Amino acid sequence: MPGEAVAVVGASGSGKSTLLGLLAGLDLPTAGSVHLAGVDLFSLDEDGRAALRKRLVGFVFQSFQLLAPLTALENVMLPLELAERDDAEAQARAMLARVGLGDRLRHYPKLLSGGEQQRVALARAFVVEPKVLFADEPTGNLDADTGAAIIDLLFELNAERGATLVLVTHDEMVARRCTRQIRLAGGRIVNGAR
Amino acid sequence: MGRLRLAARMLVRDWRAGELQLLAVALTVAVTSVTSVAFFGDRVNQALTRDAHQLLGADLLITSDHPLDPRFSGEARKQGLASASSTRFISMARRNEASQLAGVKAVSEGYPLRGRLRIAPALNVADAEADRVPGEGGVWVDERLALALGVGVGDAIELGASRLTVSAILTLEPDRGVTFFNLAPRLIMNVADLPRTGLIQVGSRVTYALLLAGERQAIDTYARWARASLGRGERVQGLDSARPEIRAGLDRAKQFLGLTALLAVVLAGVAIGLATRRYTERHLDNYAVMRCLGAGQRQLFALFAWEFVALGAIAAVLGCALGYGTQHLLSGGLSQFIAAQLPLPSWVPAAQGVLLAFVMLLGFALPPLTRLGRVPALRVLRRDAEGGGDWPLLSYGAGIAALSGLVLWQADDVKLGAHALAGFAGAGLAFAVVAYVALRLAARAGRFGGVAWRYGFANLRRRARSSTVQILALALGLTAILLLTVTRGDLLAAWRAKTPPDAPNRFILNIQPEQRAPLAQFFRDRGLPPVPILPMVRGRLAAINAVEVSAASYEEQRTKRLVEREFNLSYLDVLPAHNRITGGSWFSARDRERGALSIEDGIARTLGVKLGDQLTWVVGGQTFTAPVTSIRRLDWDSMQVNFFVIATPPLLERHPTSYITSFHLAGRHAQVMNQLAQAFPNMTVVDTSAILRQALAVMERVVEAVQVVFLFTLAAGLLVLYAALLATEDERVREAAIMRALGASRGQVASAQRAEFIAIGLLAGVLAAAGATGIGALIADRVLHLDYTPNAWIGLWGLGLGAACIAVNAMASVRAALSRPPIAALRAAE
Repeated sequence: MPGEAVAVVGASGSGKSTLLGLLAGLDLPTAGSVHLAGVDLFSLDEDGRAALRKRLVGFVFQSFQLLAPLTALENVMLPLELAERDDAEAQARAMLARVGLGDRLRHYPKLLSGGEQQRVALARAFVVEPKVLFADEPTGNLDADTGAAIIDLLFELNAERGATLVLVTHDEMVARRCTRQIRLAGGRIVNGAR
Repeated sequence: MGRLRLAARMLVRDWRAGELQLLAVALTVAVTSVTSVAFFGDRVNQALTRDAHQLLGADLLITSDHPLDPRFSGEARKQGLASASSTRFISMARRNEASQLAGVKAVSEGYPLRGRLRIAPALNVADAEADRVPGEGGVWVDERLALALGVGVGDAIELGASRLTVSAILTLEPDRGVTFFNLAPRLIMNVADLPRTGLIQVGSRVTYALLLAGERQAIDTYARWARASLGRGERVQGLDSARPEIRAGLDRAKQFLGLTALLAVVLAGVAIGLATRRYTERHLDNYAVMRCLGAGQRQLFALFAWEFVALGAIAAVLGCALGYGTQHLLSGGLSQFIAAQLPLPSWVPAAQGVLLAFVMLLGFALPPLTRLGRVPALRVLRRDAEGGGDWPLLSYGAGIAALSGLVLWQADDVKLGAHALAGFAGAGLAFAVVAYVALRLAARAGRFGGVAWRYGFANLRRRARSSTVQILALALGLTAILLLTVTRGDLLAAWRAKTPPDAPNRFILNIQPEQRAPLAQFFRDRGLPPVPILPMVRGRLAAINAVEVSAASYEEQRTKRLVEREFNLSYLDVLPAHNRITGGSWFSARDRERGALSIEDGIARTLGVKLGDQLTWVVGGQTFTAPVTSIRRLDWDSMQVNFFVIATPPLLERHPTSYITSFHLAGRHAQVMNQLAQAFPNMTVVDTSAILRQALAVMERVVEAVQVVFLFTLAAGLLVLYAALLATEDERVREAAIMRALGASRGQVASAQRAEFIAIGLLAGVLAAAGATGIGALIADRVLHLDYTPNAWIGLWGLGLGAACIAVNAMASVRAALSRPPIAALRAAE
């Protein structure tokens, strides 16, 4: 559902990241299928899945995964450029201003704090207006206060843009803010209650 | 379009982040190295082609070492061709006390048929095209001859037995030709005056030429007829065969320079491979992120491909520009021996440069890059998702294939190319094996040192592969330096010392039999030591063991020409000094009766003649056959008169003989030469000291050119060193951090790394000293033919240079490793 937020929770090694990889079409299942926006992901080849991701999916990672040689602005421009959009720079500037980094456009990732780096990552994820946003432990590398601020921003943006948020976390506080929680243990869903 | 723009942006971003500089510099060095030689070769080729008509002075040339049969000019008349003749030889021109050896050309009306001579009415005034040849009784001399003799227009000079008047100053003689040794001042005279000079005698070294010009078709017809009608010592020279010896000489120089240039390419290739590997390592994550962001495999590959193509194009253009600039250094020194004005190079070498850049990228950069294509997007979630490692076979195979192709292309000769390849591979392999073994031994020995040394040496062993590459690169670069400094100086000194100071510096040719006694008297009268006057008979080798010999019997051009020409044979009873018998024995009384031959070992090898072979010779139209009973080794550097073949006297005595001698003339006896020329006008005196000086000058120029090209090798070697260091830098930084975290002091960390670097530097230095000594010995043996005593200091030089080079790198690396607090380094390395 647009605007819905799903938390995937579970202990370390419970299969959260594997599930995320499968949902995003990054990993291949040994059995079963994944439908994203009505398309069977694994009926597509790798490039087909990539094309689907380009149209529909945004990502936020625990370790930010910003490209070191690129400035904050260029990092946010990148997905638009890959989609060969002409308004990449204007869009990226607006998005960075939205996450409060309008004055950090020319900074390289290594000159930004952890919180700032994750904001850039959020900007990069939302700038393509994704239908689904996958977030993998987005606060895992941040201290509590900064993490909370990032989560606030994540939910704000999600509400604004109406994306479906799939959030992998082991922070129960964060999970409880989601509309739905899926709990994993030993690779199985142990409760999928709304 | 958007894709290209994005690739361009990626290029700028990677460049800004410092990811591509090394790659770009390595590519540029390779392209510069190769194009500088290619541009130079191209200009020389163009000069040779452009000047071919003028060099011949005709469309076709028949040359001979004896007066040409009239049927050649008769056939030319029949074909409606214009013709003229020239007779060339070297002789002494005199005026009063002054004398000067000059290149004389006696020409007939109509000469030259193509191109024009230019003459001036006096020294240092404007010249104009000459519309005819010198009239009877007149000569044209060039500025050098005019100055040497102190004559101007209107003055008389003596040439042989005749007196001729200088009627103009010769300013341009297009068919003087391209030759390294055509250095004597010039004199042109009318052929009608030639008999009066009395200079043409039996045994004189004279070149007769018939110049022909006309319609293309008539020339072709004539050329076919002439080739079929050639006699002994006669040759047809067309535009394609103009100056074959110069073309061959320059081609060899070009090949040599080209192969030297390739050494830089090989090293640059290694640097490119290392740099791309590092680039790939650093971009694996980025690539995965971009895959997550929805970039397709093909899109990403195209993106990186375009980025590298753009980089290659920039490096190629820059390299070509630098190569164009550098070729001026190469041709600046050498052009004075080739032509007055070299034409501008064509675009072909630039195209070659661009091609080279892309071949190198394909061979060395593409294989590591393909790894990017196999990185799964999943890597963003799980770092261990690698997607398969290197394809070592592909990486090395493509690089080796690319290099082999380049070497063969540059050598332009499969055999030479294969030899060069084997040489490169052999030397590289030998260096690598020695380095690798030494590293392992060093690591073992290091166990007995302190903590820092132990740790440093253990690192050497652990990083044996990358350490070997570093040692190899540094050793090759240092070999180049040592060759150019220590070895080169030693070789030149040894070469100069080889010729004793009182070695003969003048040769007298064309001595007639009846002049022997007067000449000996001439020397006695002036208190000069007696000189050996040796007989010389010209003859052609007709058969070996009754098998007919012709140019077609041999593969090598040099041997073909040797067989076509007449040999200078001598007949002696006593083995000349400076000759050493290496096979058989010198003429016995029985040999003397039956007739026997003694042959020089070098020419015996060239012609494939062994002891006991029966050689058949044609001398003055008569044939004789005799067995080879001894093989001699000559000391060419003694500068004494030497003969390839010596016969027992009865075999040759009855044939027309001229005599030859050599002697040492001290500077204070300079006027003797003038008196000699006056007393014996027909004799030719050759000043070999001048020729030696010229030879030395040419050699110095070639060495200079090679030096320039070797600089690229050095630059490329340093690049590999740097690339190899960078390749291990991330690892070094992390290790330093771990050691620091475990409580090692900065000093301990620094000395551990220093131990590693010192070992690398010293090993490379030793290898370089061995390499330079080996190459020096090879050059001494094969090229200069002298015994070479390796310089005892070269090892120390090598060690010192190795230590110095590595010290700079080591300091930088150690500083980098210690610059950040351990925790930052550890985090960054996560």
